[in-house]
Amino acid sequence: MGRYILRRLLQMIPVFIGTTLIIFLMVYALPGDPVRALFGDKAPDAATLAALRHQYGLDLPLWHQYWNYLSGIFKGDLGTSYSQQPVASILGAAIPVTIRLALVAFVIEMVFGVLFGVISGLRRGKLADSVLLFVTLIVIAIPTFVIGYVFQVVFGNNLGWVTPTVNDSYNITQLILPGIVLGLVSLAYVSRLTRTSVVENVRADYMRTAVAKGLPRRRIVGVHLMRNSLIPVITFLGTDLGALMGGAIVTEGIFNIQGVGNVLYKAINQADGPLVVGTVTFLVIVYLVASLIVDLLYAVLDPRIRYA
Amino acid sequence: MSTTDTTAVGQGNTTPSGTSLLEVDDLHVEFKTRDGIVRAVNGVSYSVDSGETLAVLGESGSGKSVTAQAVMGILDMPPARIPSGEIRYRGQNLLTMSNEARRKVRGAKIAMIFQDALSSLNPVLTVGYQLSEMFRVHRGMSRKEAKARAVDLMDRVRIPAAKERVNDYPHQFSGGMRQRIMIAMALALEPDLIIADEPTTALDVTVQAQVMDLLADLQKEFHMGLILITHDLGVVADVADKIAVMYAGRIVETAPVHELYKNPAHPYTKGLLQSIPRLDQKGQELYAIKGLPPNLLNIPEGCAFNPRCPMAQEVCRHELPPLHEVTDDSGRPIAGRGSACHFWKETLHG
Repeated sequence: MGRYILRRLLQMIPVFIGTTLIIFLMVYALPGDPVRALFGDKAPDAATLAALRHQYGLDLPLWHQYWNYLSGIFKGDLGTSYSQQPVASILGAAIPVTIRLALVAFVIEMVFGVLFGVISGLRRGKLADSVLLFVTLIVIAIPTFVIGYVFQVVFGNNLGWVTPTVNDSYNITQLILPGIVLGLVSLAYVSRLTRTSVVENVRADYMRTAVAKGLPRRRIVGVHLMRNSLIPVITFLGTDLGALMGGAIVTEGIFNIQGVGNVLYKAINQADGPLVVGTVTFLVIVYLVASLIVDLLYAVLDPRIRYA
Repeated sequence: MSTTDTTAVGQGNTTPSGTSLLEVDDLHVEFKTRDGIVRAVNGVSYSVDSGETLAVLGESGSGKSVTAQAVMGILDMPPARIPSGEIRYRGQNLLTMSNEARRKVRGAKIAMIFQDALSSLNPVLTVGYQLSEMFRVHRGMSRKEAKARAVDLMDRVRIPAAKERVNDYPHQFSGGMRQRIMIAMALALEPDLIIADEPTTALDVTVQAQVMDLLADLQKEFHMGLILITHDLGVVADVADKIAVMYAGRIVETAPVHELYKNPAHPYTKGLLQSIPRLDQKGQELYAIKGLPPNLLNIPEGCAFNPRCPMAQEVCRHELPPLHEVTDDSGRPIAGRGSACHFWKETLHG
């Protein structure tokens, strides 16, 4: 187990270097000169330009710039955005917001997704099952920005249950509606995945054994069925937590939430290279850690998985 | 359905007070499928007493397992349905019991051992957990107490180093050891009756004998009734007291074990015995009963075996033979013997 974790951590190094390098090169290849852009319409003199280039290290060869960037990361320095703020402090303000939003969405999709999936799986072919399959299909088919705007108008503007946009991104109660919007598609996937898994396992031989042992039904379902059925679901949920942390660009935009997705959206629009690279680096790390945790969790849940 | 085809020969060991350990009485089970109603069990009656072993013999699809699952109460209903019949445990009809009362019988009074131990054990729970669950649920023991009992059980079914292995998972055991764990689980609460559904079919031949011996020993020790479901005539000879041969959801022959081997009274049993490969027939073609087992959606009229039977006559195609008492040469009925063949006499002497 220890060796396995070590090997997984070592495997993360090339992935980390590869992704950051690609992003770094892509931002470098963007058209336009960011230093000139700082001056807007005015034409700066060559000496000022050169001084600024030197200040940002943009006069160095590309490999040197990348090296400076990588070594900065390990000192906790993600560079300085072109808006003169340290990238680390911009992300530092956005990450807690995104974590809150992601957790709200995660709890909603986990609790309701598994609940609906189990009910539906145990009543395969009945009305509740058909309704779930139909509704989840619709939810999966509708893009998030449509659901987001509809919910915003209906629950925010028309019914007035919540504020249409979030004015305090740290306030969890304001994040509930955006959380539902963010988690809805995953909720549909979790329901369907749970349902399929329950249907598959409910006819398994060990379920027959559990009945033959004279166990009460809640134990047969709650222990024997769940421990097996939830293995693929938990794997999905783990990966999805990583996706929720970074994939909230649309939702954060609709509800004006000052999270990581928002930061990334603005940075791309403003061609703010250091900020884009810094944010993406953060997201890469989140994904890597999430997938490592999922793999480890998988082995805990299913003892047949061996670390070879 | 006339009752003549299920005369009480199968209940030959019933005590005068009528309280055998388990009595199955004219049981019918059918499954509703898209293609129609599958009649899997068509009026089966048998009984088992404490300390007695009944072997139920038959091909796949003969209804032997379905009958056992009905006794156990683990049929999926629907699609299964029990339109008529009784299953009495110590005189109580299990089929009319409340679900909760039935649950308390399962595992505690009547336990079952399945064919494939690997798929029948929960893959993600340790064997210790699965064994101790019996004590925790039925006896309300603490986790720790139950775990200690689980180790005792594993010792009892002769699993080496039980204490170290109690926290292992099913896939970490060999096939024979896994089946021992299934046996331990069935024995946990010292039930009155064990139903073993092809307990050795999935095992290597050398291990088969060990597991059968273990089962037979434990049965003697605890004085339990045992219903052994199998298609393996070799397994039966050593351990069974009496045999019921099933075909197309009916019992076609019942007999004490040695009588059956010596002198079968049904052409189907005869065919089964002939199809056992024997060393002294080396070089000869192996005997096989011609034809295929019947389609349970459409069981042949008359005797279900008639299309495959070498002795079939016109009467076999129209008239369902009842389970006749089998008599000896002087006309006295032989205890426990019955044959559902119009020509049982000819079969017996032919």
